[in-house]
Amino acid sequence: MKQTLITLVEDKPGVLNRIASLFRRRGYNIDSLVVGKSEKPGVSRMTIMTNEEDQRKRGHIYFNLLNLVNVIAVKDVSNLECVTREFILIKIQSGPDQLNEVKAVVNNHGARIVDLGKETVIVEATEREKEIDRLVEDLTKFNITEMTRTGKIAMRKGKTYKVSSEKINAQATDVSWVPENIHTYHN
Amino acid sequence: MSKRILTGAEIIWECIFREGVDVVFGYPGGAILPAYDALNKYRNKIHHVLVRHEQGATHMADGYARASGKVGVAMATSGPGATNMITGMATAMMDSVPIVCITGQVPSPVIGTDAFQEIDIIGASITVTKHNYLVLDINELAETIKEAFHVARTGRPGPVLVDIPKDIQIQSTDFTYPTGKVELPGLIEPQGVDGLQIQKFAEMIAESERAIILAGHGVILSNATQEVLDLANLAQIPIGTTLLGIGGVPASHPLVLGMMGMHGETWVNRAIQESDLLIACGMRFDDRVTGKLKTYSPNSKKIHIEIDPSEINKNISVDLPIHGDLKTILNQILPVVSKKDNHSWINKINGWQKDSQRKDIIDQETEVLMGAHVLRKIWEGTKGDALVITDVGQHQMLEAQYYEHEDPRSLITSGGLGTMGFSLPAGIGASFYEKDREIWIIVGDGGFQMTMAELGTAVQENRNINIAIINNGYLGMVRQWQEMFYEARYMETPILSPDYIKLAAAYGIEAFRVEVLDEVIPTMRKVQKHKGPSLIEFVVEKHDIVYPIVPSGSSLHEMIERPVQSKNGNVNYQKEELKK
Repeated sequence: MKQTLITLVEDKPGVLNRIASLFRRRGYNIDSLVVGKSEKPGVSRMTIMTNEEDQRKRGHIYFNLLNLVNVIAVKDVSNLECVTREFILIKIQSGPDQLNEVKAVVNNHGARIVDLGKETVIVEATEREKEIDRLVEDLTKFNITEMTRTGKIAMRKGKTYKVSSEKINAQATDVSWVPENIHTYHN
Repeated sequence: MSKRILTGAEIIWECIFREGVDVVFGYPGGAILPAYDALNKYRNKIHHVLVRHEQGATHMADGYARASGKVGVAMATSGPGATNMITGMATAMMDSVPIVCITGQVPSPVIGTDAFQEIDIIGASITVTKHNYLVLDINELAETIKEAFHVARTGRPGPVLVDIPKDIQIQSTDFTYPTGKVELPGLIEPQGVDGLQIQKFAEMIAESERAIILAGHGVILSNATQEVLDLANLAQIPIGTTLLGIGGVPASHPLVLGMMGMHGETWVNRAIQESDLLIACGMRFDDRVTGKLKTYSPNSKKIHIEIDPSEINKNISVDLPIHGDLKTILNQILPVVSKKDNHSWINKINGWQKDSQRKDIIDQETEVLMGAHVLRKIWEGTKGDALVITDVGQHQMLEAQYYEHEDPRSLITSGGLGTMGFSLPAGIGASFYEKDREIWIIVGDGGFQMTMAELGTAVQENRNINIAIINNGYLGMVRQWQEMFYEARYMETPILSPDYIKLAAAYGIEAFRVEVLDEVIPTMRKVQKHKGPSLIEFVVEKHDIVYPIVPSGSSLHEMIERPVQSKNGNVNYQKEELKK
């Protein structure tokens, strides 16, 4: 199973560079990295996926991320219950004769057609990663000319971490977001 | 809280001064000129040392920091000034040394245009700094410098770079020094120990029969000498040290065994291999310490106390990880550790020690001067009480073996990065803290020629330092590897030296050449009387090899021990020893 890390970082220039640089120099492989705003101004939220299987190496990634000064918190949610989603846009070259066939596949996957051109169709879908994979697989029989996927984002079910409106530091006192107990990784 | 209008340049000095720094090592240039101009107002508060190369500035700040435990400060201009600092920052990064490097940057409007002497030092230094900052708003300058010092010295220390564009230095603002604690959500708080861990720790010690403490740099950084000794005394556990752990525990203590690892003592490595419990205190299982990982101390349980959580379980899987400050943790643990008697284990190690010492070169007479003899004599001649700064190579390992250190911060050496050329500038830097202490800079002929331009700095600042060049006409450690592992093809290791006596004379430095053992101490006495820089060139055996050695990729127990020395000083190296 892939490793999924939810990471809160300060929204400052160069932070993405620091994270990318860490992964490069330590030889970790990023499977996907999604970054965007979080609920708190000044704090960005990343969902980082790695294809590291070894538990000890997963720990290295976790603690090295945590060591970065601009990283506020890291949560490894690989083994926790999460809502995960990925978004895709996919362009298919298809004449009117194929349209019904495309529509059938799209409907079958709960995807939508968002642009209907003379010769092209753009399909969008928001689904779990594996569902997106299946959609793409079923659409490959048509002529796919463009595709863009966002990579996975994740949110843990239930437990919420708090980010104080006063200072971002406050959330470090919430146990669900303090550096994960060292024993989780180290034992 | 006083409010006044200051320029960015003045804020730099004001903040450095308020951090308690009274010496800055640097080199002026275009983009840092406003800061240097403002130094005029701070001359009575801060002493600036003009270096000869910016790498020297970083090593000086490093040496100052290692000697004092305070943050060292280096300053340089943009572009080449900044890139010259990279090696020094990397050295400090690998050895956890708190330094703050301040660089000028081209004016912010032209950043990104390849302006004259522009380099993206933030991008270039990400991997060699703990953190770095580009200041683009003068109102954030004071806060940023304060934060930089905080990051440098908090947790596991390290280098921090602050890049300040020229226009920010020129602008003015209402200066308010940020008071109160620096709040950085991204800095990890050490976790400390819980009751369960303490209990497990005590149990593991009670169950062990062949425990050994591995004392690293963290003992010194955490000021935990007493706590480590208390633990050792209480449960009668012998202590091995890493290279950077030397001095963290007194060498004369009966339980202190000496250095471990590639050139560590045989009895220490043997003890580690046969141990049933390793207690690692502030060290990181570097490859020079462990040898082949798969066979490292195969039958021991491992406790690792370490302030950087990313170091725990990095190279070695441990049974009891404890994240936090060593001193704090040992103080919590000590009350529950029960007394123990470890006679048979300690006797066993002592037996190995006697066996190995019979072969030791310092007890043998040789016709030529040997590096080991010189180092031992320097130890004698300084009563083991000097501050020693070494460079990198054979002399460094001989120092670690033959100079016995009693106090923390009495040995400064580039361990992790192995930076040749480190010693002279680091020694100059350390001399600004240890003003009354005898200082010896031990350096090879290779390393000395890398940064010998700093002789100029030593003379200009009239530093009271003694430089001992161990000259064997080779890049000795590389030559040793060529002899042992590359079938004696000495590619590019013979190195020419200038006449060091004349070189010293050109700088007005008192200098002597020593070629026989009997002259070592008398010559030392001459330079010891002299105030100001002095230099002794020791001309030593060219083909010396540092033993013991664990060949790269071998296990600790596969070390090659000291062979018996022949009369002319040449070693009889026997391949069979490899098989052991």
